[in-house]
Amino acid sequence: MIKKTNYSTWQLWSLVIIRVAIGWHFLYEGITKLLNPDWSSLGYLMDSKGLFEGLFHSIAANSAVLNVMDFLNVWGLILIGAGLIVGMFTRIAAISGILLLAFYYLSHPAIIGVTYAIPSEGNYLWVNKNLIELLTLWVILLFPTWKTVGVDRFLFNKK
Amino acid sequence: MAEKGNSEKGNHMNRRDVLKGLATVPVLGAFAYGVWRKRRQDHIRNHRLAKELNMSSGSLEHNPYKHDGDTIRLGIVGLGIRGTHLTKAAGFVPPQTIQEWKDAAEKDSRDKRYEDFLQQDDLNVEVKGVCDLFDIHAERALAASANIGREGTGGTIGTSAKRYTTYQEMLAADDIDAVIIATPDHWHARIAIDAARAGKHVYVEKGFTRTLEEVYAVREAIKESDVVFQLGHQGRQTESYIKAREAVEKNLLGKINLVEVCTNRNSPNGAWVYDIHPDANGQTVDWTQFEEPCEVKHPFSPERFFRWRCWWDYGTGLSGDLLTHEYDAINQILGMGIPESAISSGGVYFYKDKDHFVNEVREVPDIWNTVLEYPHLDFTLMYSATLANNRNRGKMIMGHDGSMEIGNSLQIYACQESTRYKEKIQGGLIDPNLPIYTYIPGRKNVDSVATATEQYFASRGLLYTYRGGRRVDTTHLHIAEWIESIREGKQPSCNIDQAFEEGITAAMATMAYKENRMVSWDRDKEQVI
Repeated sequence: MIKKTNYSTWQLWSLVIIRVAIGWHFLYEGITKLLNPDWSSLGYLMDSKGLFEGLFHSIAANSAVLNVMDFLNVWGLILIGAGLIVGMFTRIAAISGILLLAFYYLSHPAIIGVTYAIPSEGNYLWVNKNLIELLTLWVILLFPTWKTVGVDRFLFNKK
Repeated sequence: MAEKGNSEKGNHMNRRDVLKGLATVPVLGAFAYGVWRKRRQDHIRNHRLAKELNMSSGSLEHNPYKHDGDTIRLGIVGLGIRGTHLTKAAGFVPPQTIQEWKDAAEKDSRDKRYEDFLQQDDLNVEVKGVCDLFDIHAERALAASANIGREGTGGTIGTSAKRYTTYQEMLAADDIDAVIIATPDHWHARIAIDAARAGKHVYVEKGFTRTLEEVYAVREAIKESDVVFQLGHQGRQTESYIKAREAVEKNLLGKINLVEVCTNRNSPNGAWVYDIHPDANGQTVDWTQFEEPCEVKHPFSPERFFRWRCWWDYGTGLSGDLLTHEYDAINQILGMGIPESAISSGGVYFYKDKDHFVNEVREVPDIWNTVLEYPHLDFTLMYSATLANNRNRGKMIMGHDGSMEIGNSLQIYACQESTRYKEKIQGGLIDPNLPIYTYIPGRKNVDSVATATEQYFASRGLLYTYRGGRRVDTTHLHIAEWIESIREGKQPSCNIDQAFEEGITAAMATMAYKENRMVSWDRDKEQVI
């Protein structure tokens, strides 16, 4: 049984806006990759650094695993993005989004002494935008706005 | 929100609930509109640029070299570093080496040496003879020749090749159709000429010859024979050069005025200061034969034997070894041939310290610059090399309308002051800071605009060089082309005419340095003056 949330209108809609914005970002990243026939995570994975470098390199090294990862990544991004926007299966979307962002963060951590092939558009030490987006999704997960604004309201609100 | 109470109130609440619940759905509509707009804009720009540039679309589909028909029987002369690589490119590696690759791949999945080797096409060749003046190298090659199963230790072993102590005996053998010559340069001409006269097909490593006279002599011998000749510039198999040639033919760069090519290395290996094998001695090395072509004989020197590229007695240093690769790359793109003049300068500036040699300081420079003039074509080719810094300076062809940077990938930029692109630059279709054309091998689509991400990854070599979707060794392709040409009786890409141009040009550059003067070419008389 889902309880009614007691946010003020401003609280509710600011959280919804953040949820939709993150959803938009995920969806566009996914759609762009889907529409580019040459897209592959190969270069990104080969460029990975830090503690889990070996793991990501070994994914890149196996073309079968790489294809599966590419597929999961593209459709993961699209489904998570659409889910966050319309508020459908939002809990699963938020948790999946956190996991995906954790992978990105771990493959390209903003740690001291590493540089990546793609120049960064900002300056980061330990905290980078992937981590901030991840933490924001965590907040979204803890404030279930989809119970009011979201398709989940109809899916999970019935007895 | 609990839905209870009478149906009328419930219906009322439901409508508000529905509106609120679906409030964010229209965002998807805005999203779809945005994506459509962006795609349309990209498409229009791509389409207009593609129309302007008129480059062929699609990745280069490689037609695999054919290897059906009779088995070609090879003899290999010279089995040092390069000879071993060429033998591998032909399909033969000692079991011990394969075992090392397999073990390394088990420890590190990124180590693809074994996988890449297994994917190499079987060229339907046999190694029937090997000839090397160092016993250890000869034995290693014999082991490779017998490893028909391409396996590690304990695999299927076939009949080993025969070892010859002189190349003349090998050329006299009936069971050899073709020879690969990977000896030091001072032997190239003699072996190539004798092989052609004996009717054996010839693959010879670069630098083509050590002296100017030898260039003419080899050409004469090859032309008089029916053998198929290939010079070892494996860059002939690089896809991006083919696209580069198309871009030049379609005049994307405008009038070409300057070409810059470079070599940048910074390791003892890169500077030919190779390891000296501990088992090399008067018993295991045939030093007398090694020095036979030399005018002045030297006492046995393992340093000279293994690091022969550092002395003029055996090679021509940067000129024959690395200038030639760069020259040949540009020659296949521009087809400019022999320059009208050459000047060279440089010196031994780095590898003269005590820890860089054993007994003798090298003679050949480690810093070298050559300027080749093509007044009849209105451009200059500059070659600049250092063996003491490995900052990547790419190949650059510069024209009035644009410049083209060539590596494994290819990028063309419009010049800010270009005449051809002037209106497009003013109209915003072309941004001189962004490439107007990018070719990345292995991409499914070739269009004018590759994403910045792809360009970064490609420039760092994080995307492999592919042919037909597979990672390949260009040396293997170069050997494969030669073998196919032998079977089909046709000319390979780096034939004797290309070799002649390379050989004369390198000889001019070397003479310019050694004689400290400008060396010229009389095109009509085919003479260096």
